[in-house]
Amino acid sequence: MQFLIDNFDLFWDAFLTTLSLSLLACLVALVLGTVLAAMRVSPIAPLRGLATFYVETFRNTPLTVVFFFMIFGLPQIDFVIDFFTGAVLSVGLYTAAFVCEALRSGINSVSPGQAEAARALGLTFGQSLREVVLPQAFRTVVPPLGNVLIAMVKNTSIAAGFSVSELSSLLPRLVNASAGDLTAILVGVVVGYMLITLPSALAVHRIERRVAILR
Amino acid sequence: MTTPVLFDVQGPRARARARVGSAIGAVLVLAIIGFVLLRLGGNGQLEPERWAILFDPASGVPQALGRALVRTLQVAAVAMVLATLLGLLLAVGRLSDHRFIRVPVSAVIEFFRAIPLLVVIFALYFVLPKYGVRLSTFTALTGGLVLYNMAVLAEIFRAGILSIDRGQHEAGFGLGLRKSQVMTLILLPQATRRMLPVLVAQLVVLLKDTSLGFIISYLELLRQARGLVEYFNSLFGDRYTFQLYVAAGLIYILINVLLSMLARYTERRTNRAGRKAVTAAPADQMGGGGGAA
Repeated sequence: MQFLIDNFDLFWDAFLTTLSLSLLACLVALVLGTVLAAMRVSPIAPLRGLATFYVETFRNTPLTVVFFFMIFGLPQIDFVIDFFTGAVLSVGLYTAAFVCEALRSGINSVSPGQAEAARALGLTFGQSLREVVLPQAFRTVVPPLGNVLIAMVKNTSIAAGFSVSELSSLLPRLVNASAGDLTAILVGVVVGYMLITLPSALAVHRIERRVAILR
Repeated sequence: MTTPVLFDVQGPRARARARVGSAIGAVLVLAIIGFVLLRLGGNGQLEPERWAILFDPASGVPQALGRALVRTLQVAAVAMVLATLLGLLLAVGRLSDHRFIRVPVSAVIEFFRAIPLLVVIFALYFVLPKYGVRLSTFTALTGGLVLYNMAVLAEIFRAGILSIDRGQHEAGFGLGLRKSQVMTLILLPQATRRMLPVLVAQLVVLLKDTSLGFIISYLELLRQARGLVEYFNSLFGDRYTFQLYVAAGLIYILINVLLSMLARYTERRTNRAGRKAVTAAPADQMGGGGGAA
């Protein structure tokens, strides 16, 4: 316990790194995932193909490999980005594929009558998606989308392997430096993650209850 | 097409507009690919002799990558078998009638689902030695994968067992079977068939996660590629880096695509036979310690 108090600054910094990494990656994933989902149901075949290709590729690529291409591959085409940005992009681009799949399942669950009614009113594809289908889809996908984002928080731990000093990276660093109090370090790291995931799970549950639509 | 109700069948003008849009999009995509190739070419990364090393047995590269692939598959295979067996036990334990079994088993499942897989692996690899238990990278990686995936698989098995109609369970008891007989003779055989697609999909995730071995220096594909890069860099300078990384990454993607195709095939088969497959939340398939919290 004493160890945790002595090294509080270290844990706090690592915690903030994990938190900001998660929030930024979440933003990337949500925006890109929504665009991809819209592309996957769009009337234009090449757009559907492109989005399908993206989703299939990222779903079948280990996140570590995505990190690899981001950190070691990009410099080969003369883009040098720092480790943190690389981590945000890797986690964000990877998660976007799963966000897209969650949203698509939501779009498919909106009853066809809704879309037919929108079309009958003369709304265009973009309008019916924006005004009618997506608002309902977002509501039904709150639980799966929440799960994807919570899983993403845990996935940010992989950044530890690529020189980002976030929570998990404390383990190898502190374990070698301090002989005692290993349990404290482990507990500190686990608690750090739970401080993000548990409130998120609670928030997802709250939002779910608030926006749920009965069918 | 997933939701054809979202738009009308396109008329000639819309089709023309779509064609123009597609053409512009195609030009953009080609421009990006061209730009990447140009940059790569400008840095000399596309020279054939740089790529030839990947296929030249004299360089030792194909053999090294082959051995790394075998090591990757070894971890995956051992972890898959152990995680499936332990997951099954945990699932049955969580459905037990006895509170003293149900509660600790639930705690174990929830604990391992809640923390990142990498933290489990780190705990096994860095923390255990301080208590006198020294694990090899192979054991630490396999152990982490087993502990995490057994918890995820336990939930998949439980969902499968619970999805069986209650009448089956009651009829089993009605025939005078014991609890264990109802589970092994009635529930599990039916549940297994329904769970098969999700089970295979989760095993694909496990295979993906073997790449975490890179971080604790287990010589799987990525770490092997890194090792080769360091070796060649000491001889020729930064000459084969990009090629080796691309090769390792592509092998990973290839085996995952193959296994995903197997997963989809089992799903189709299961659905065709008129039984509804249990579906997994997308988060459970994210890997890297993903899964619902």
